[in-house]
Amino acid sequence: MAAPLTVVLIVAVTVRACLFRSSLADLIAERVEVVSPLNAWKRVVEGLALLDLGVSPYSGDVFHETPLIIYLFHFLVDYAEITFMLADVITAVALYYAVQDYNTQVLRQQKFALEAERLPLDSLELIRSPRQMYYIPLKVAMVYLLNPFTVLSCVAKSTCGLNNAIVALFILSTIKKNALLSAIFLALSTYQSIYPVTLCAPAVLYLLQRQYIPVNVRWASFWWFLLQYAFMYLGSLFVIICLSFFLLGSWDYLPSVYGFILSVPDLTPNIGLFWYFFAEMFEHFRLFFLCVFQINVFFYTIPLSIKLKEHPVFLIFMQLAVISIFKSYPTVGDIALYMSFLPVWSHLHRFLRNIFLVSCVLLACSALFPVLWHLWIYSGSANSNFYYAITLLFNVAQILLVSDYFYAFLRREHHLTYGLYLKRKDGSEATLVLK
Amino acid sequence: MAARRNIPVGLLFILCSLTFLIATNTHETTSTSEHPDKAVNLPEKSTETGGQTTEQPAVEERQWEPTEFQEETVNDAAAEKQDATPPETTTTSAGAHPKDDFQEELVIRPLQSGDVYASFQFRTLWETDFMKGNKVSHYRLFPKSLGQVISKFSVRELHISFTQGYWRTMQWGQPFMPSPPGAELWVWFQDSVTDVDGTWKELTNVLSGIFCASLNFIDSTNTVQPSASFKPLGIGNVTDHRFLRYATLPREIVCTENLTPWKKLLPCGSKAGLAVLMKSEKLFHSSFHSQAVHIRPVCQDSECTTTSWELRQTLNVVFDLHTSGQGKREWSLFKMFSRTLTEACPLASSSKIYIDITDNPQGEQFELTPATHLLSQAVVLGDRRTFSVYDLTEANTFGSMRSLNLLIRWKSSEGDMLRPLLHAERYVAGYGLQTGEIHTLMYNYHPFRSFPILLLDSVPWYLRLYIHTLTVTSKGKDNKPSYIHYQPSKDRVRPHLLEMLVQLPPNSVTEVTVQFERALLKWTEYTPDPNHGFYVGSSVISALVPSMVAMDTNNTKERPLFSSFFPCKEESSYFVRIYTEPLLVNLPTPDFSMPYNVICLTCTVVAVGYGSLYNLLTRSFQIEEPNPRLAKRIANVIRRLRGVPPLA
Repeated sequence: MAAPLTVVLIVAVTVRACLFRSSLADLIAERVEVVSPLNAWKRVVEGLALLDLGVSPYSGDVFHETPLIIYLFHFLVDYAEITFMLADVITAVALYYAVQDYNTQVLRQQKFALEAERLPLDSLELIRSPRQMYYIPLKVAMVYLLNPFTVLSCVAKSTCGLNNAIVALFILSTIKKNALLSAIFLALSTYQSIYPVTLCAPAVLYLLQRQYIPVNVRWASFWWFLLQYAFMYLGSLFVIICLSFFLLGSWDYLPSVYGFILSVPDLTPNIGLFWYFFAEMFEHFRLFFLCVFQINVFFYTIPLSIKLKEHPVFLIFMQLAVISIFKSYPTVGDIALYMSFLPVWSHLHRFLRNIFLVSCVLLACSALFPVLWHLWIYSGSANSNFYYAITLLFNVAQILLVSDYFYAFLRREHHLTYGLYLKRKDGSEATLVLK
Repeated sequence: MAARRNIPVGLLFILCSLTFLIATNTHETTSTSEHPDKAVNLPEKSTETGGQTTEQPAVEERQWEPTEFQEETVNDAAAEKQDATPPETTTTSAGAHPKDDFQEELVIRPLQSGDVYASFQFRTLWETDFMKGNKVSHYRLFPKSLGQVISKFSVRELHISFTQGYWRTMQWGQPFMPSPPGAELWVWFQDSVTDVDGTWKELTNVLSGIFCASLNFIDSTNTVQPSASFKPLGIGNVTDHRFLRYATLPREIVCTENLTPWKKLLPCGSKAGLAVLMKSEKLFHSSFHSQAVHIRPVCQDSECTTTSWELRQTLNVVFDLHTSGQGKREWSLFKMFSRTLTEACPLASSSKIYIDITDNPQGEQFELTPATHLLSQAVVLGDRRTFSVYDLTEANTFGSMRSLNLLIRWKSSEGDMLRPLLHAERYVAGYGLQTGEIHTLMYNYHPFRSFPILLLDSVPWYLRLYIHTLTVTSKGKDNKPSYIHYQPSKDRVRPHLLEMLVQLPPNSVTEVTVQFERALLKWTEYTPDPNHGFYVGSSVISALVPSMVAMDTNNTKERPLFSSFFPCKEESSYFVRIYTEPLLVNLPTPDFSMPYNVICLTCTVVAVGYGSLYNLLTRSFQIEEPNPRLAKRIANVIRRLRGVPPLA
């Protein structure tokens, strides 16, 4: 199993290395779809240059990376390409092992269910065989590494790749039942871009599940574990924040990094929903809509974790997707992370309703982004509405994709309990509807 | 021009009534000076009465001015009454008060390009002390409006200029008073000021009213604190640049409404003296127009025991007489200003006209009439120049005609201009609306000496500069600046400030490039004509340039040999400040017509996301039971009433 993974890794690294050496690298690094003001490599270099001039990088509005990133690239700036390739490799390997472990988990649960004869007879069709699942981890790693979005993101040296690596390590340590490492990596990814804080819900649910502690407010062990995890998480977050304070000796980075993420002052176009909305917003409604849009990102955590408390890994996938759609400065690197999970849910394909349409729209939009950007910015024959329209469509397609997977997942769960071929009272074939 | 709206209405009213009053009072004078043919025929007596009438409104103007600031100085009411004493006492006491002094001067330099450069300077010196907080309430020659501004806002130095057009250094040489296109304001505050930013904000608003200009548009987004480029020009060695504020408005359009309040600051107004020549329809029909006010403390004597305030009002105009004169190269005061001079300002201690005749020592280039025997030599901007001097305080200057109309007629158009040693230009490179690059080219034409220059760039926040892309190259080699002061911008708060000390090698071009990214702004932040582009103020280049005089190594014919081995120190270099062109940069624009559509569409997409997730979260899967038809349902209701089992 290690051999195909190695081959994939070598291919991925080769592709990246070739692109780094080609003239395309500069072109890709300027693309607004690939880099955002938050993670552009140009701005990291600018921050280091400001530091060299003796100016605090946070005194201006160009640099929005965290102090740890400065510290990291202070040493690694000459090896940036290797660093980013390494980050992608780490993400892929972490996802590989995480998914492998998750799959054995799934198989074991399935075996228990079969032995207990809990499954209806006609839903045996839905049972997943180890043979089918054998290549899923490899597919995950391959989808992440060879996804054009990831390749572009890596070649543009977007620090999004580093954030993805941290999130992947968090997923790995959670699935490997290591609560401490999970809390540390979660704190680290929160520190990098706030939004992953919502991943604490699936992490806690998964760890509880694996330790056979029921999610029940009346159980003391539930609270005890919750307290432990919260303590580890907040403790490591506190340590990281204090560490960054001591690195630069000032708290300037807090408004410059987190204030920037939350208040969206930079309206540079990207693939998200924020930029044009807030460029065209009436000034007195600005704060209101800012709150609505930001709450929107965090809000789904609660209902999703209630609905999916038995399936924390799918919850992680849903959370990652919601974050990458609704976050304030999304890039294609964020999309690549949740897309790499799609092979894990390959057994849901029979229940997907509009996967063909959605994948066509996603492909078409990805091709149209650079075209309409060129028409607006360079040839001047289109205006901002063209690019905006394509971001809208792209986001609708992503939403449809995610909700389709969510629908399929829920439907499969329903069938696993009630049987695949449902019948009406009168014995005729029934159709399932949401009510 | 919309900026002019917030001029206080009261001030406007006073202005109108004042101009009306002046117009009625001086009807006689204007008519005499407008028709020089008549003035020639007028007997001596009428000129004298003309002189008296010009004096009177001038005095009246001084009485009127303080009322503009009545709301500020309630305590000064008594002083104003003093000021309003009969005009004859004020005029006669001119000699009794040695405390203030007024000088006026006009320098005319025929430029090699065929244009004519006219530079007016009016200097009011006042021996008083605003600094120690004592209330100064008695004003004579110094304009009260400015005096109150200085004392109220604790200003130590104030420099303001309004310029229309761009000074073409390569065709016209160096100006006496450089200024960037648009409005420029820089102020040094006294170190007693605690809230410098607040004071600066108030000061710009007050100056906006005084000069009828859009200076109220100066806010933190276009104000910088240069660390090295703008040093105090007056006495005092406080160099803490916390007390310095510098701002430019490159888009400011200068016109008559800025000239009128400027002229009102003169002791004689535009009634007498050189200011008579300032007719706006002529001054603004020119290639370049720049008016400025400089206030600074200066030493009264060589020991500097007492200080006095100097108010220097300058007006620089370049007339394009070559094209308007149908190819004939000649000019006269009348042709330039449609006026002639009949007298000096009676309040002036000195009133002179200088004509630059350096290129014409033997009179072979042009002919100057009336001729004068008075000559003056001065080293101006590192170059020894010769001037013909006309002293307006002497009666014989005006000759038998009682009016002075200087006239120059060219004989040949040969000769070449002394090329300025330092020259700079700037442009934006790149295409598209995403990124760009600012190129600043600085030329050192000195054949063998290199000299350092200070480059100051203030770039608005919406062009995000990337300082790591800064390159300085001269002669194809990297030229590392020995000093860089960079302050990055804050969105919607402050601009970028870049100051560099660069050594310019001899006879070279030094190119400074820096890349920027164009920001997309909120739709309310664009100007009413967003596709016109956004202005970026001129770069300021301050330099100590080696003097031409010192450059002249075999200059042995004038000086004895023993004095000329080492170059004379005080003449070896001179200070020059040059301004580059302002830039016009296009930014990407949103569609201004559809905020509602965008809000609706984006919210719809968010609602699609919310709706589909909400749907899946709150509902559960159920088997769809077919709905009985309506007729069946009604039949069932009836059957139930009848007590019969319902239909299946």
